[in-house]
Amino acid sequence: MYVAVKGGERAIENAHAWLAEERRGDTSVPELSVAQIREQMGLAVARVMAEGSLYDPDLAALAIKQARGDLIEAVFLIRAYRTTLPRFGASRPIETADMACKRRVSATFKDAPGGQVLGPTFDYTHRLLDFALAAEGEVPPAPQAEPAEGPVPHITGFLNREGLIQQERPSEETPPDLTRQPLETPADRSLRLQALARGDEGFILGLGYSTQRGYAKNHAFVGELRIGDVEVEFDIPELGFAVTIAEIEVTECETVNQFKGSKLEPPQFTRGYGLTFGMAERKAISMALVDRAMRWRELGEDYVGAPAQDEEFVLYHCDSIQATGFVEHIKLPHYVDFQAELELVRRMRREAAEAQAAAGAAAMKEAAE
Amino acid sequence: MTDMSQDYNFAYLDEQTKRMIRRALLKAVAIPGYQVPFASREMPMPYGWGTGGVQVTAACLTPEDRLKVIDQGADDTTNAVSIRKFFERTADVAVTEATSEASIIQTRHRIPEQALSEEQILVYQVPIPEPLRFLEPRESETRKMHALEEYGLMHVKLYEDIAKNGHIATAFAYPVKVEGRYVMDPSPIPKFDNPKMDDCPALQLFGAGREQRIYAVPPFTKVVSLDFEDHPFEAGRAAHDCALCGAGDSYLDEVIIDDEGGRMFVCSDTDHCRTRREAGHTGALGVPEAFA
Repeated sequence: MYVAVKGGERAIENAHAWLAEERRGDTSVPELSVAQIREQMGLAVARVMAEGSLYDPDLAALAIKQARGDLIEAVFLIRAYRTTLPRFGASRPIETADMACKRRVSATFKDAPGGQVLGPTFDYTHRLLDFALAAEGEVPPAPQAEPAEGPVPHITGFLNREGLIQQERPSEETPPDLTRQPLETPADRSLRLQALARGDEGFILGLGYSTQRGYAKNHAFVGELRIGDVEVEFDIPELGFAVTIAEIEVTECETVNQFKGSKLEPPQFTRGYGLTFGMAERKAISMALVDRAMRWRELGEDYVGAPAQDEEFVLYHCDSIQATGFVEHIKLPHYVDFQAELELVRRMRREAAEAQAAAGAAAMKEAAE
Repeated sequence: MTDMSQDYNFAYLDEQTKRMIRRALLKAVAIPGYQVPFASREMPMPYGWGTGGVQVTAACLTPEDRLKVIDQGADDTTNAVSIRKFFERTADVAVTEATSEASIIQTRHRIPEQALSEEQILVYQVPIPEPLRFLEPRESETRKMHALEEYGLMHVKLYEDIAKNGHIATAFAYPVKVEGRYVMDPSPIPKFDNPKMDDCPALQLFGAGREQRIYAVPPFTKVVSLDFEDHPFEAGRAAHDCALCGAGDSYLDEVIIDDEGGRMFVCSDTDHCRTRREAGHTGALGVPEAFA
């Protein structure tokens, strides 16, 4: 009797039970708490928040735990949860100039007001496995200093004052919302930046890298990279003023890129921009490179057919959740379609064989005559 | 810490989102075969698993509905089970496996064998809604081609198939023209199912979640599979009878039954097959339902 496809329901339940067991692993090893993940896997948490488009370290940590450390799966959990949240409104734009920086470096100036702050970076660590960590020892406290007084102005602001860098025009227009409107191209820059901000880190990294290797080459300096906390302000209509509702950590990168100038404008530098939730400087730098590459039209550059210049290509393929879903769905049942192809291929092969046999018979007959 | 409440709105989506989807559906019904962009949401199942169909179903469901979900024609394939459970959990609707008893049928890759009625809605899960996508990868270009009714490229492709293979080498997702205007992807149903779309009394809705498109074929609409006068469209199926119910006119799945190339052919539509067996039809390898 044919019973192969029956029992889908029980199979699913059993698969889920097995998955839960695998997730937990060896029960003689203590279970990870969500707080442990939040505190000790901070960069994974940041990535999940950034690509999940939801700033909530606890939920991101929970998602990582549930996803067994598969960050794309964790991003997916956060995105699906985000769908169900009511939307109360939009915050005011965050002021990154007012950031309480824990890290702030510029590759273009040796020093500038606000100073260079290395912060908690891997940059100059030697990548030697630290076996002391395997022993679960406590970390001695890091030396402390008083935070520098005064504002930390953006480096590009100094270039701006001399007119050396292309000016970003402020706009009062409400930006489109990628999560509430279908994506349509051509997309304006704010929409492109939204897509990049939640795009897959690996994909954006690869594209950014390709611009450095000559696919839409436009040499970039990191004008400034800063990481720290900013306040999120929300206008309360009943009160008539804005109140601070949260403090979030973000990474911001501004690149300074070359520009030859045109008949209308003297030579000046141009910019690329990257901004992400949490500490994610690889993503922010990559994002700035790709942002800059996609600005070819507005800056009057040639389209050379490079992938990073191609807005439709980038925007339709940078989302890890869309990509992973569609790539992985080919493992789902396709027997009906495959059967249709099977029939067609069999028929075409049969006809080809018949034609060949007929041709062979004709040749034999000819030879015999 | 965020409140981790388990309560979701009826059929998962909030009312604003459903309203947005219903607007897109109305537009789709008003322009048969036209792909309406909609702000697809991230659903708790992956893109590619039927998020478009799920959103359309969620926007159409009422508490009085009776839902049937099939994948590959079967009610008990894993993804059909999963989607049916999703709506049982989030909408608490009645479900059925009987085609005739369902008011909404969500499907992947098949149209039920039994003719549908005016009382029913058929919701298709669509992976790539754009029939011209494999000829032109750019959305900006294909939208122009539809707007200008510029379908020459498609006919060239079909012609080249015939020139090379003697046949149109498309066995599923076979393109159709709707009401003499838009060329439409019928979703990856086998071309065997294409004729069922034509003049169908049921409302046919198509949801593509990842691609953010909804389209529709209203009841009693003309749906024609593209072909040539000298190479007319042929539906095509395996030249066998169902081994379980003996049906000679249903679409068949091929099942490998041993490691020596042994095969059996059975109805892909499990409800159709069971109904026939219950009515006393028996195929070569089947036993009457009463003994199964």
